[in-house]
Amino acid sequence: MAKYTLTVNGKKHRVNVEDDMPLLWVLRDELGLTGTKFGCGRGFCGTCIVHLDGEPTRSCMIAVDNANGSKITTIEGLSPDVSHPLQKAWIAEEVPQCGYCQSGQIMTAAALLEQKTNPSDKDIDVAMKMNLCRCGTYQRIRKAIHRAAEEI
Amino acid sequence: MAHPTVSRRDFLKVSSTAGAGLMIGVFLPVKERLIDAGLVSGQPFEPNAFLAINPDNTVAITVAKSEMGQHIRTSLPMIIADELDADWSQVKVTQADAHPDKYGSQGTGGSGSIRRSFGKLRKAGAAAREMLIEAGANEWNVDKSECAVSNGKVIHKPSGRQFTFGELTNKAASLPVPEDPPLKSPKDFKFIGKSMPGMDTRSRVNGAAKYGIDVQIPDMVYATVVRCPTFGGKVKSFNSRAAKKITGVKDIFEIEEGVAVIGTNTWAVVKGQRAADIKWNHGKFAKWNSSRIRTMMKKKGLGNAVVAREEGDVAKAQQDADNVLEVVYEVPFTSHATMEPMNCVAHVKNGKCEIWVPTQVPQRVQTTAAEALGVPEEKVTVHVTMLGGGFGRRLWADFVTDAVAISKKIGKPVLMLWTREEDMAHDFYRPTSIHKLSSTMTKKNKATSWSHRVIAPSISGQLSPERFSDGQLDRSAVNGASNVPYEISNILVDYVMTNTQVPVGWWRSVYNSQNAFANEGFIDELAHAAGTDPYKFRLKLLKNSARHLGVLKLAAEKAGWGNKLGKGRGRGIAVHESFGSWVAHVAEVTVNSNGNFTVDRIVGAIDCGVAVHPDGIRMQMESGIVYGLTSTLKGEITIKDGAVAQSNFHEFELLRIDEMPKVETYIVDSHEAPGGAGEPGLPPVAPAVTNAIFDATGIRIRKLPIRPEDLRV
Repeated sequence: MAKYTLTVNGKKHRVNVEDDMPLLWVLRDELGLTGTKFGCGRGFCGTCIVHLDGEPTRSCMIAVDNANGSKITTIEGLSPDVSHPLQKAWIAEEVPQCGYCQSGQIMTAAALLEQKTNPSDKDIDVAMKMNLCRCGTYQRIRKAIHRAAEEI
Repeated sequence: MAHPTVSRRDFLKVSSTAGAGLMIGVFLPVKERLIDAGLVSGQPFEPNAFLAINPDNTVAITVAKSEMGQHIRTSLPMIIADELDADWSQVKVTQADAHPDKYGSQGTGGSGSIRRSFGKLRKAGAAAREMLIEAGANEWNVDKSECAVSNGKVIHKPSGRQFTFGELTNKAASLPVPEDPPLKSPKDFKFIGKSMPGMDTRSRVNGAAKYGIDVQIPDMVYATVVRCPTFGGKVKSFNSRAAKKITGVKDIFEIEEGVAVIGTNTWAVVKGQRAADIKWNHGKFAKWNSSRIRTMMKKKGLGNAVVAREEGDVAKAQQDADNVLEVVYEVPFTSHATMEPMNCVAHVKNGKCEIWVPTQVPQRVQTTAAEALGVPEEKVTVHVTMLGGGFGRRLWADFVTDAVAISKKIGKPVLMLWTREEDMAHDFYRPTSIHKLSSTMTKKNKATSWSHRVIAPSISGQLSPERFSDGQLDRSAVNGASNVPYEISNILVDYVMTNTQVPVGWWRSVYNSQNAFANEGFIDELAHAAGTDPYKFRLKLLKNSARHLGVLKLAAEKAGWGNKLGKGRGRGIAVHESFGSWVAHVAEVTVNSNGNFTVDRIVGAIDCGVAVHPDGIRMQMESGIVYGLTSTLKGEITIKDGAVAQSNFHEFELLRIDEMPKVETYIVDSHEAPGGAGEPGLPPVAPAVTNAIFDATGIRIRKLPIRPEDLRV
């Protein structure tokens, strides 16, 4: 066990966990931040994506030890009041079906928009193909990203 | 408009259970005063189990169906609120716990939530509306006919006086529930037919929506369960000392279905499971693999079959025919692979059990837990969380048994979560199937017979082997095959049951996915054999099936059927009826010389009767198309050494955004009773795509999933 002070969504949290515990389980089981989901545990589905210093990161694949010192942002910290342009666009386009993968989708898209304010369809494909959606909301995700880009 | 029939008994049942739910049980399901006015004071008005109007003016609608992405928590309330003429901002939705007496079946599947309750919910809303009007009229001492409802208010038309629903609810509660309240004319619908915003969309974009995996209750521990990868195998040994050495692992023990590891967090139990080095007695099925299953099915398919539909004389037609076409279609096992792996929170304490679970069958969860614990059902409370996908997987309660067994043993609440590997290894798979089709044609290219032998494992046979033994007809297995809609004078559809130890289950659209692929691929072959445009060929053989024609024409028109496509490109069409709805798709593909291909566009048309929530229907079409496309292009489950060969999403691949075709959905304008939406969009996807590939290349695909090597000449 080791003690870490993690900065999550601008707040400092002290945890005492195994150093190989993936960030995903620290967020969910230790900090109760359940907005970040578990999908595959092996980095294939993107359901668990959070931002580490602004970079989209699969939280199931990074040990807490490697996340120490980074600024971590989860879906709960994307905006205080569902006001992020992507969240607004997701609502306007009625993107979510079951919704389970959408935290990861939105976090990946948010990092994309940080990089490219006006992404092309190709940019969206490249960035978003790391995220699976079993309900098949891809077409609406694409539309919502374009909508959000227009607003920014 | 045609309404689904609502028997009076049905409605009275709804009302009476509502009265019981209200309180004190003075409700009598007869024509007398239904509720003792003295007892209702201050109580909310609950004319049926689905609806309560509170003094604070909220219209609280309890949805007893599970929310798994189909927006049922939006569309069911729309139906009630429409007849009630509530203001949408008053409407609050609560998720029902399992309660068979109160809600009837809560099973959510078969694309049935709206089609089985449309009439009942309208009647419930209308009854409440009439009672509120009567209560208002009584207060003003005026005739009922002078009063009306509008946006959550009862209005006395001549004077303009008004009451909110909340102000009248206690008075209304003491009035008799009308048995036959007048229903609105469809032209007056205010929510039905409009795409109201998703009730849960906001919570699905900020991480607030609570799925089963998100439940956290005081004193809760975490657990995972591993079963023998080989179907039918048992635990031989495991190293509990090594598992317990892992920090955070509290316990490891065998339960009926496998080995459970308990700990203070998920990571600890996953590591504990790996450390435990579990050994298995694999059992007899370890000698089986996919090719052996296929050989067995092919061999058995040559033997006796049981007739599902027989018209005319196919054998004679074959004797007399100028041309006989015989082909075989094949479809593999596939997995549901919901994004949220199977999980369940259970707390067994003092002879009672409380469960939080993402399930499509709250009542089956309740009975399963009660049986496992040997307690009466009423001792088991089942809270239904959001579902991270269902698609039929969560019609089973197998994982509930795991959670209940663990909590019973340790006496604490437990969140039991399967890893993705466990989820993939222990699904109830869409049955693999082989389809032998043959048809005969005259010299003038008229089809004179159609025969279709479905060779597949039976879900019913696995569930109730005593009722569906080997050699019997499982009607479900020929769904979509026995009702082939084409007007051909000699038809024979029969079935051969080929069960194995691989668990099979209801996968989105059930057997329609396999049977539609076979039907719609083969009819396309007949069209080409006849030298006729496959769209026109279908129209001719469906001339008396108005709803098939409607969707075919709409899809063809919107897709620009007949317009020329460029080199390497092709267009295919398919139509299928299932779950009370009709769907046609037109697919467009581009095939490269190396056999790689893309699906560029799918234009879908659906006739699902009254479109209650049009955007919800479009979503389900989009979703059905992607789900169907995944199983057309990838997503195959194979068996190796008696176990599933795929372990995670690198081996069981799903469609990704860069493979997503442009999808367009059109809804046939209809006043017919509502049909389903979740499943009907899926079955015609695969044949539309394979028919498009034929159009582009002349290569006929009869086996799923399609592989690029199939397209290399």
